[in-house]
Amino acid sequence: MTTTTPQVPAPAAVVGRQRPAEVAHDKLSNPWASLAAIVIAVLWTIPTVGLLISSFRPQADVQASGWWTWFTNPTVTLDNYHAVLTGSDTNLATYFVNSIVITLPAVIIPISLATMAAYAFAWMKFPGRDLLFVAVFAMQIVPIQVTMIPLLKLYVNPPFGLPQLAGASAPGGGFYTIWLSHSIFALPLAIYLLHNFMKEVPAELIEAARVDGAGHVRIFLRIMLPLMTPAIAAFAIFQFLWVWNDLLVALVFGGGSLDVSPLTVRLAELSGTRDQDWHLLAAGAFVSLIVPLIVFLAGQRYFVRGLLAGSVKG
Amino acid sequence: MSTGEKLVQLVIAIALFVGVVAVVLLIADRVKSKRGEVVQTTAFVLPAVLMIGIGLLYPALRTIYESFRDANSTKFVGLDNYHTIFTNGDELTVLRNTALWVIVTPVLATLIGLVYAVLVDRTRFEKFAKALIFLPMAISLVGASLIWKFVYDYRATENDQIGLANQLLKWLGMDTYRFLLTEPWNTMFLIVIMIWVQAGFAMTVLSASIKAIPDDIIEAAKLDGVSGFRMFRYITVPSIRPSLIVVLTTISITTLKVFDIVRTATGGNFNTSVLAYEFYVQSFRSFNTGLGAALAVLLFVLVMPIVIYNIRQMRKLEAR
Repeated sequence: MTTTTPQVPAPAAVVGRQRPAEVAHDKLSNPWASLAAIVIAVLWTIPTVGLLISSFRPQADVQASGWWTWFTNPTVTLDNYHAVLTGSDTNLATYFVNSIVITLPAVIIPISLATMAAYAFAWMKFPGRDLLFVAVFAMQIVPIQVTMIPLLKLYVNPPFGLPQLAGASAPGGGFYTIWLSHSIFALPLAIYLLHNFMKEVPAELIEAARVDGAGHVRIFLRIMLPLMTPAIAAFAIFQFLWVWNDLLVALVFGGGSLDVSPLTVRLAELSGTRDQDWHLLAAGAFVSLIVPLIVFLAGQRYFVRGLLAGSVKG
Repeated sequence: MSTGEKLVQLVIAIALFVGVVAVVLLIADRVKSKRGEVVQTTAFVLPAVLMIGIGLLYPALRTIYESFRDANSTKFVGLDNYHTIFTNGDELTVLRNTALWVIVTPVLATLIGLVYAVLVDRTRFEKFAKALIFLPMAISLVGASLIWKFVYDYRATENDQIGLANQLLKWLGMDTYRFLLTEPWNTMFLIVIMIWVQAGFAMTVLSASIKAIPDDIIEAAKLDGVSGFRMFRYITVPSIRPSLIVVLTTISITTLKVFDIVRTATGGNFNTSVLAYEFYVQSFRSFNTGLGAALAVLLFVLVMPIVIYNIRQMRKLEAR
């Protein structure tokens, strides 16, 4: 991924470093440095730990005393998780399903279309190609806020008698507007990144395949896709986390219908209406955090690379 | 809709999409001759370009147009909406807060990320230490806001505290404090959340670049007796300058668009609103399309130079 050069330490630079023991001695010889590092690490961890512990404490305890008293009185219960997932007033299980239903197509669709478009921009010859590519590239700078009102109007009142996409009577119960919006917003960045990768494939490889009589479709499927797997994985993880963690797009294009709202929308709402029920909010927060954390830990390698490259998105 | 129906919709959507793409590719593959090239190009490029054109380009132009029209988009009002943004008291507060966010967040997040990256670099616990700081990056801003709202939770001084921040104040013998309600500092306490999220990003990028500093530079400096803070100031920082700039600009862009934190933590009350949140309120709560559009355009105008600068810096990094 060319745009992520600063992320990838040159392997050569690591070889021939000082011996670890010597370095460790260097660092530890300065107690202030160690102290500073520990202070930052603790500051960064404690808030999450506090909420995590609270999510396992009985309701009465959470509301009566601070989570730090848990260490002297450790009681553990799963009641909060049970209540927040299945309780009729919170019912996060439903929203968990919504998040999954929203996220999968919102990852698959833009990545497939972007891979195809990126291939065309990199390896097909057609008039106006470079100009079109620059135009697509430039669309990255448009904040999604700028597009929201007109896009929503298009969904509600589509031109040329096309079917309405927003609202309860819409096909798919209103999921299509969210899927489409996420897909649209992901495209410029995805095309740009994948294009950069595809450009790095040696031209001889493509030409040899062409000489052998392979058409673009075959080259794309047989040669390009396998080579692009790491790049596609990087963007897929990035897009997955983006969509799963998104609040704005779901709020605006979910049309206020809680039927299609993801976890983030529901949690944000609970944070307003049930702001003292910390036993529920704590458990709810971790229900929403667990999936991105797993995806992140599983794909950390790819994610970090996609992160910088994708930083201008949104 | 029941869970089953939703999952069916999910399967239908994916199957439909995969099916259409497969058919299009199949047809494109079958068409040989000169016309084949045209068909193939169209099949590959058109879907994405159409979506970008209809979903990004047209709406962006339309929003710029709407920003010169009134609340219901019935008549042309010239620069009135922009005039409102720069004169109305509430909107000025929004602008002030946004400025504060965009200045404080990148600087502090980058500084903390940099210091931490240097401190843990090549220590025994480096990987673990980095993961601790980086994890907030993977979670939603809604989740991050909840985590911190719990830290800031307020109860009167004489009561038992459940929020850590107020308990700390109590241990220090001070009165408890309404972190999210008391102006003007509440905006700073919201900014803390963003710094908490973004420091991990800064740390990761800068750490990679610190590792890429050539050994001979460090060795030479050591021979000259440079160490500790002076090594950091005169060797490390200048060597990673381009990455520092990319990190700073990237965090500025993200911060300019911050919405989730303000909405979840305070709902924009107590004078904590920012540009991206005000846009949402005007567009989808107050239904003032004109002002909402103007706020979006302002956001666009503010983001544009930073993004362009950021992309240019990244290209420079690439070229090295």
